[in-house]
Amino acid sequence: MSAFRFSAILSTALALGLVAGCGGPSAVRAATLKPEKDRKTAPDFKLKDADGKVVHLSDYRGKVVILDFWATWCGPCRIEIPWFMDLQRRNKDRGFEVLGVAMDDEGWEVVKPFLAELGVNYRVMIGNDLTAQMYGGVDALPTTFLIDRSGKIAAVHVGLTSKKDIEDGVEQLLQAPAPPPAPATVASSVADQPGGPVASLGAR
Amino acid sequence: MGEAAKVAGARGAGVEAKIPVTVDAGFHVNSNHPSEDYLIPLTLSWTSLGALEGGAVTYPPAKLEKYEFADKPLSVFSGAFSLTASFKIGAKAAPGPGVASGKLRYQACSSNTCYPPKTVEVSVPYQVQ
Repeated sequence: MSAFRFSAILSTALALGLVAGCGGPSAVRAATLKPEKDRKTAPDFKLKDADGKVVHLSDYRGKVVILDFWATWCGPCRIEIPWFMDLQRRNKDRGFEVLGVAMDDEGWEVVKPFLAELGVNYRVMIGNDLTAQMYGGVDALPTTFLIDRSGKIAAVHVGLTSKKDIEDGVEQLLQAPAPPPAPATVASSVADQPGGPVASLGAR
Repeated sequence: MGEAAKVAGARGAGVEAKIPVTVDAGFHVNSNHPSEDYLIPLTLSWTSLGALEGGAVTYPPAKLEKYEFADKPLSVFSGAFSLTASFKIGAKAAPGPGVASGKLRYQACSSNTCYPPKTVEVSVPYQVQ
């Protein structure tokens, strides 16, 4: 009789290793953020929210963002979601947003009822393998990224953490000096075109 | 992944297959009857029985364990355990070897993280005598 092991368990070390490479759970455990010079830009994504509207992470540049990968079947995720709702409620006017990425294979069929039941007050999208791969192969849930106003990953929480750790991280990011404005490459390229932004505004 | 020990019997005989499972230390999987509706149960289902019939699965007694992320103890399996499948060899089965195939679906967690549900192939070799 030969025993077999669950492949998910065998893959656990790999998943944790990948995420650790993105931020390092040990750094997060102390509720500290990565030094700004060590932060990497959070990969942009294009996902649809519950209303069918397209969400790009880059839409939130200039804000502090919690990006939470979760699933309805994940008990630890269910603990954290009310924390995120509370953070969203308290900080939404301070340049802060929570974005949830649900990794349920069944998609909105199971996610929408859950959001309605809890009254989730932030945008949630359905994730996919590509999104997960962009963020280091997110496999362990919850995995939560704290993203600074420059769109860079300041911390990664893998697994259920403490509410205080998350709150402290968010607060540190909110209190950090605003980053210098990014080079206006997009604005200038649009303005260079016939009918640039000024003309468009004038036409409205 | 391996397979269960070979079962053997004559036509019409009842046979039992033990399917061994090991969950790594520090992890658990939901039992076949999870404590909460949102949890995904461990299930073994057969996709091809060959010369076997039936295949009712008996799961081991679940453990009730308390985790930080749940208000009440959860019904789980952990460590090494076996599932038992009861078959009957078909009355008209041709003598010789064969394999019954199935799928084991499970969802694993540690004390603070959970992993996506997965499905693994299970096979039970048999010999009709």
